Amino acid sequence: MDSYFSILFTEVYKILFLLVPVLVSVAMIVWLDRRVWAFVQKRRGPNVVGPFGLFQSLADALKYIFKEIIIPASSNKLVFVLAPVVTMTLALISWAVIPFGEDFVLADINVGILYLFAVSSLGVYGIIMGGWASNSKYPFLGAIRSAAQMVSYEVSIGVIIINVLLCVGSLNLSDIVMAQQNLWFVIPLFPMFVIFFISALAETNRPPFDLPEAEAELVAGYQTEYSGMMYAMFWLGEYANILLMCAMGSVLFLGGWLSPIDIFPFNAIPGPFWLIFKILFLFILFALVKATVPRYRYDQLMKLGWKIFLPFSLFYVVLTSSFLLYFDLLPGK
Amino acid sequence: MIAHSVFFYIFSLIAIISAVMVTVSKNTVHSVFFLILDFISISCLFIMIGAEFLGMIMLIVYVGAVAVLFLFVVMMLNVAEQKGQWFSSRWDGGTHIPVGLLVSLIIFFELIIVIGGWKYKPDLLNSLSINISTEVTNTRSIGNVLYTDYILLFQISGMILLVAMIGAIVLTYRERAGVKRQSYVKQISRERDEGVDLVEAEKNKGVKIDA
Repeated sequence: MDSYFSILFTEVYKILFLLVPVLVSVAMIVWLDRRVWAFVQKRRGPNVVGPFGLFQSLADALKYIFKEIIIPASSNKLVFVLAPVVTMTLALISWAVIPFGEDFVLADINVGILYLFAVSSLGVYGIIMGGWASNSKYPFLGAIRSAAQMVSYEVSIGVIIINVLLCVGSLNLSDIVMAQQNLWFVIPLFPMFVIFFISALAETNRPPFDLPEAEAELVAGYQTEYSGMMYAMFWLGEYANILLMCAMGSVLFLGGWLSPIDIFPFNAIPGPFWLIFKILFLFILFALVKATVPRYRYDQLMKLGWKIFLPFSLFYVVLTSSFLLYFDLLPGK
Repeated sequence: MIAHSVFFYIFSLIAIISAVMVTVSKNTVHSVFFLILDFISISCLFIMIGAEFLGMIMLIVYVGAVAVLFLFVVMMLNVAEQKGQWFSSRWDGGTHIPVGLLVSLIIFFELIIVIGGWKYKPDLLNSLSINISTEVTNTRSIGNVLYTDYILLFQISGMILLVAMIGAIVLTYRERAGVKRQSYVKQISRERDEGVDLVEAEKNKGVKIDA
């Protein structure tokens, strides 16, 4: 029992060591998102609080903390309060399996990629619960839309993951990174990377797929009735999910913590920094897409997911597996 | 080991309580939420016995997809309003209680037969034809069994699911008249000549468009 508690203590320490940087970087990433967005539109963006406006998110967080939390009288109280908690928790627990370097991972489990996929597929519940418990038209419509959207795009993400797994032969995220030592998967699986990127946009409800919170039609979608800290938790959870999707993309396709070429100035930089660079690169792409592309119509969204992405990625599974089989490259023999 | 059993009892307790709450709770949406909680705790139990692949698949398939559809249907159909009607004779001429009783009786007797004929093999691990090793991850060992010894059953169950899916689509599909569909090819290949139509308009009569 004593050793159990000592293990527990070190684990809690490790978890804090992981979660605090994640939360801080979520706040920073919101600032980055707004700055990139403003840059594209030739505005300045948040530049007042702190150097370059870096502390804008902290100021916003402080504002949310001091705002009153309003719970609608006709809402389902318990579910209403649980919804942002669920979103936030699910967004944070998936970071446990992301490998930041060799042996630099909180939980190096055998089925890491399945765990990531499972947790991201649970993410829809926060949104449905929030939309349903608000007991109001707009949140409900937003939640229903979001559920349909996330379930559809998860299917294509799952098939894309199968493509990567065929080349790796293991579900472990560290193995996936190590398999990319010679060649990042973005090169042989480039079409899959593009589809993964677009599906990740849809999965995290980012523009141009932000139909669940389309302000022109649904006020603010599922979070219409939320205020104060509860709204901020939805918001933090959403950005943590976006970061997670970027991390997943860099682990699956961009070689995780590996440096692009294994020569001196590059491989001297420690692995975690490479992963952070890659996450930032993907995130800036996310922000640029947000600033440039107009919002999709709902039927176009569904058509893209089911009639284009799913058949194409299924075709690519067949292509990848036949290629690997023909050239006798199948891993794990 | 103590911590292990503590967690085991916590998860099983949550699983049993939420399973009971699925049937007991008055709000249908709450029942679905309890069902989800049940699935999650069952998959935690799977992970605890070392079957992490099954646990994760359970989460992905049941919680991530099936339960979302449950929620979808329950929220859209407004089951709470119809609940009272299901047990009265108002709904479609007859009450559903006799049929329900019959089905539950059949299931009850089936359970009795199964449990009555249940025998524990005294030495299960040694009598298995496949040898279980701790070296190989259980994802790989499931794959080894599923795609070799049981490939036929696996394929057949896949086919049955496919047939069920196609059947459901065929049964519910109906062609609706007057639906305007967008054709990207048509839109992109539109030229100026066909886009603009010059018409000689007659005085006091006008032109009829969109005929």
